[in-house]
Amino acid sequence: MIKLQLPISEADIRELNMGDEVAISGLMITARDAAHKYIHENWPEWLKPIMEGSMIYHCGPVVKQHDDGSWSFVAAGPTTSIREEPYEAAVMEHYKVRAVIGKGGMGEKTLAGLAKSGGVYLHAIGGMAASLAKSVVRVHDVYMLDELGVPEAFWHIEVKDFPAVVTMDSHGGSLHKSIKARSDEVAKKLIFG
Amino acid sequence: MFQYDEQALKVQLLELIRLAATDLPRDVVESIQAAQQNEDEGSAARSVFGMILKNIDLARAESTPICQDTGTNIYMVYIPEGVGMRKLTALIHEATSEAVDKSYLRPNAVDSITGKNSGNNIGEGQPFIHFEEWDNDYIEFKLMLKGGGCENVSTQYKLPDVGLGAGRDLDGVYKVIVDAVNAAQGLGCAPGILGIGVGGDRTSSHLTAKSQLFRKMTDTNTNKDLAEMESRLLADLNGLGVGPMGFGGKTTILGVKMGTMHRLPASFFVSISYMCWAYRRHSMILKGNGEVNYD
Repeated sequence: MIKLQLPISEADIRELNMGDEVAISGLMITARDAAHKYIHENWPEWLKPIMEGSMIYHCGPVVKQHDDGSWSFVAAGPTTSIREEPYEAAVMEHYKVRAVIGKGGMGEKTLAGLAKSGGVYLHAIGGMAASLAKSVVRVHDVYMLDELGVPEAFWHIEVKDFPAVVTMDSHGGSLHKSIKARSDEVAKKLIFG
Repeated sequence: MFQYDEQALKVQLLELIRLAATDLPRDVVESIQAAQQNEDEGSAARSVFGMILKNIDLARAESTPICQDTGTNIYMVYIPEGVGMRKLTALIHEATSEAVDKSYLRPNAVDSITGKNSGNNIGEGQPFIHFEEWDNDYIEFKLMLKGGGCENVSTQYKLPDVGLGAGRDLDGVYKVIVDAVNAAQGLGCAPGILGIGVGGDRTSSHLTAKSQLFRKMTDTNTNKDLAEMESRLLADLNGLGVGPMGFGGKTTILGVKMGTMHRLPASFFVSISYMCWAYRRHSMILKGNGEVNYD
């Protein structure tokens, strides 16, 4: 298990390889479909200090608001990442984001982007919402809650030992690509004999 | 005439929602445990199953959602003659809104044009409620929470499919299902459970597929041909090696459940409803004396 502390440098991220298991601590931000669309249309300045050297978590949490107005995460597993394929490489490069965390992996455009700007794709376990919410120790802030709603808002969170696996690295390695290639071969035999 | 206490039923429905969101059914847990034992010692697949099982226990113990995507809430409601559907719908809506307040459900209803989240998980067509009248003297509510990731990899084919060499027969049905599961990879939170609808029109075909997902993991199809096809598909699909969450492994699919509908001579649809491993479904029977039983 490799411990990662955020913010993290490009050099440290480039040392990670496909298959590495990591535990992340520090501040990161959630962003999913509507948030990525918003970023891509506005490229807001306010996100720069939040995102530089940090990570984007593809997650739409179940949250609880306490009487004093503060929030906590009740359930917070990853959502499917491939929907952000059109945007992610550009977003990571623009804001110097060092990793995205999600599930299911991403495509060629993102893989090329990871190599170019220095980043990795981290896979969390989908559906592991109750356990992963425990790794979110504090909700630092929330942005655009009214406009985007609970699942889609930008949640700025502090995590401690958040577990994930590197499935796409900055050297062109992608676990998703190799599993798919093997599965394609088997499927071809089953369908065409 | 069947009568019930409205306030009591609202509370009972809230408990049904809580169970569905936080307590994975026994038959599903056992199926995941068996799959874990089948994976090699020290493999990524075995370790992923370990984490999944730990999360299932934690969610049950702390009464928090197993998955943050509490999904489309699909209700199948079976009612005796004379029971009003509008009142039951209103009570389901009230229980749903309360379940959001209690963090059992995520507000998941988004206006498709404006993008505005309704905030209480209620909107046009959400939750999805299907009523049927029956001869029994009690009401049964079946509820399934189906997340967006697995719904997005669900699909529909029409036969023949030239590209796959799939004709209008059971062998053609087999081929398109293999194609769909291979295309899904780990994106629907594998290992999945497949509900298959063969025949019908585009709508009824999908409804047949989803209805199959209310069957128990261990049951056997009463149609011999379909029972054989379910077993064959289960074995062959696990040979794809996609594994839990797409990390590779021997378990790609936990179960296949097939149903049919008559079709038009011109149409031959095969609908594939992919359900994630967080296969959240529970049911509740409400008797005339106010007693409820959950399953």
